[in-house]
Amino acid sequence: MTGWMQHLPILPVVIPLICGALMLVVRDGNRRGRLTLGFLSIAGQLAAAVALLCLSAGYLPNNWPDGVGVYLLGDWPAPFGIVAVVDRLAVVMLVLTAILGMAAWIYATARWDRAGVHFHPLFQFLLMGLNGAFLTGDLFNLFVFFEVLLAASYGLALHGSGRARVSAGLHYVAVNLVASFLLLIAMAMIYGVTGSLNMADLAARAGELGGPDRRLFEAGAAILGIAFLIKAAAWPLNFWLPATYANACAPVAAVFMIMTKVGVYAMLRIGSLLLPTGAPAAFGGEWMFPLGIATLGFGIVGLIAAPQPERQASYCAIMSSGTLFAALGMPGVTLTGPALFYLVTSVLALGAFFLLLEMIERTQAFGADLLAVSLEAFDLEDPEASDTSDDVVGVAIPAAMVFLGLSFVACALLIAGLPPMSGFVAKFTLLSAALQTAAGTPGTGTWLLLGFVIFSGLACIIALGRTGIRLFWSVEDTVTPRLRLTEAGPVTLLIFVTIAMSIWAGPVMHYLDETADYLGTPSQYINAVLTRNPGRDVAPVEVLP
Amino acid sequence: MELILSLAIGVLAGSGVWLLLRPRTFQVIIGLSLISYAVNLFIFSMGRIVLGSPPVINPEMADPSLYADPLPQALVLTAIVIAFATTALFLVILLASRGFSGTDHVDGREVHK
Repeated sequence: MTGWMQHLPILPVVIPLICGALMLVVRDGNRRGRLTLGFLSIAGQLAAAVALLCLSAGYLPNNWPDGVGVYLLGDWPAPFGIVAVVDRLAVVMLVLTAILGMAAWIYATARWDRAGVHFHPLFQFLLMGLNGAFLTGDLFNLFVFFEVLLAASYGLALHGSGRARVSAGLHYVAVNLVASFLLLIAMAMIYGVTGSLNMADLAARAGELGGPDRRLFEAGAAILGIAFLIKAAAWPLNFWLPATYANACAPVAAVFMIMTKVGVYAMLRIGSLLLPTGAPAAFGGEWMFPLGIATLGFGIVGLIAAPQPERQASYCAIMSSGTLFAALGMPGVTLTGPALFYLVTSVLALGAFFLLLEMIERTQAFGADLLAVSLEAFDLEDPEASDTSDDVVGVAIPAAMVFLGLSFVACALLIAGLPPMSGFVAKFTLLSAALQTAAGTPGTGTWLLLGFVIFSGLACIIALGRTGIRLFWSVEDTVTPRLRLTEAGPVTLLIFVTIAMSIWAGPVMHYLDETADYLGTPSQYINAVLTRNPGRDVAPVEVLP
Repeated sequence: MELILSLAIGVLAGSGVWLLLRPRTFQVIIGLSLISYAVNLFIFSMGRIVLGSPPVINPEMADPSLYADPLPQALVLTAIVIAFATTALFLVILLASRGFSGTDHVDGREVHK
């Protein structure tokens, strides 16, 4: 851990920042230059994320205590300076972001990146915001990285323009601005009471609060929770989601899948740190479990009622948030390990599903083709129309309809949680853990979780089965689309990652269970952050046992 | 002092929320701006209200509790910049929405009574 290796933890933020900034210097017409930069950036992020995973899990030799790597920016000691913290939970999210980002980016290079301006820089800044939010060790930088990723997402949600997107984008931006203000109010309150914004320091200090201070802190934490719940799309704070995700262009919608999970991540991170001192209500079972069940119910109703496939996929995203909240907030038991497995599976599956739906849309002979409208608006040639065999990016794949059909079935199985895909492993371990760890006989909560999760699977089968029949078997006017390798490849990649996850479910589950154990003992995180001192001569920071 | 500050925050936040719930996009953006002022003042007040005290001191030479807390000022500065940028972005979307739909209603269409 010497030389440049010690700067590894900050690379997932620095790489997309530099590449995104460089792209702005490259002319918009110089597509090859931007693609090269984009590829380098995403490959670099994936490599850095995997390296951090190996370090944190102890596969590579390191001197990180308990697998927690702390990077001091500017070498200021922890509660005062800014820290980036790499731990087991953060690296899972980093690797997931890199894989999903890579798939969405490759897909976008086939045609969507030309449907508007500045797709590539915005995409890099979105990834930077995501990586930063997973790495940051203090609340204010969490807010800053949230804003970075949201600002990029506003641009990407509107990518391709068109009336529907702008209308949905208006609501999306307004709701998220309000959520950001709530986040600021909460942070100001927490800072006012505890005098710290560093998460580890906060966790250590929260326990010492008493009386009115404690109540103010709880109020601040509750507002913080509301802000995260808006981002994570928990009912009744999720009405912005279906229109935005359904109208966003396919690669953007796919990468947005991880954005709702940032809210879940923040809840999990802060909830786990505050747990020993008595987590405030919003982060514990009292509110999270009922909200999760309500979100699941809302998702089920919306999914069955939704007419368009994209809207169905959006409601699937809401259901996945609901399942996660219900599982994480489940009173009396800890389902963090299986819930993380479910999180990874559902992000990959829904990302693949959004990409796939856009390709399936092209088999329909009629209907508003949003891409055509955008291409016209920007006075670009339809790449499809000018397709010739010497097209540099266009390596068409054979048997396009077979590929689309099989991928659709795979995605439907994954989302519904049926064997043999990893969605089944996720839901099965979740429910079996809920049944096993419930003390004595399973209580009402367990049965509620069981019922809603199984029923949500049924709703998925009904809704997606109906859509599949309509899209593939009503053959009257389907056209066989010409699919490029760069479009089919990412979907295949995402599905194969989930297949790998079901084959090696044991090791993956083991790792995630260890992550859950680690989250259950936040003193490891707190000690690692607060004892990390810079190389200079500084008085050691007082550390709580 | 406390009363004036809390009244200012309350009036700004209240007017902001009311405007936010109005149907015209221009009202929404003004509402968001007012809320951002309220939030900035709130963050500022969380450093405790101290008059005429220097912010940065040497803890060995004096009791830090006598001095103003500089951190909220740094936080407010960041929050102002971010709120300013996002509001500007929102303004562009507002104009685009007006251009596409021909109305300034937040839903992109007039509600006929």
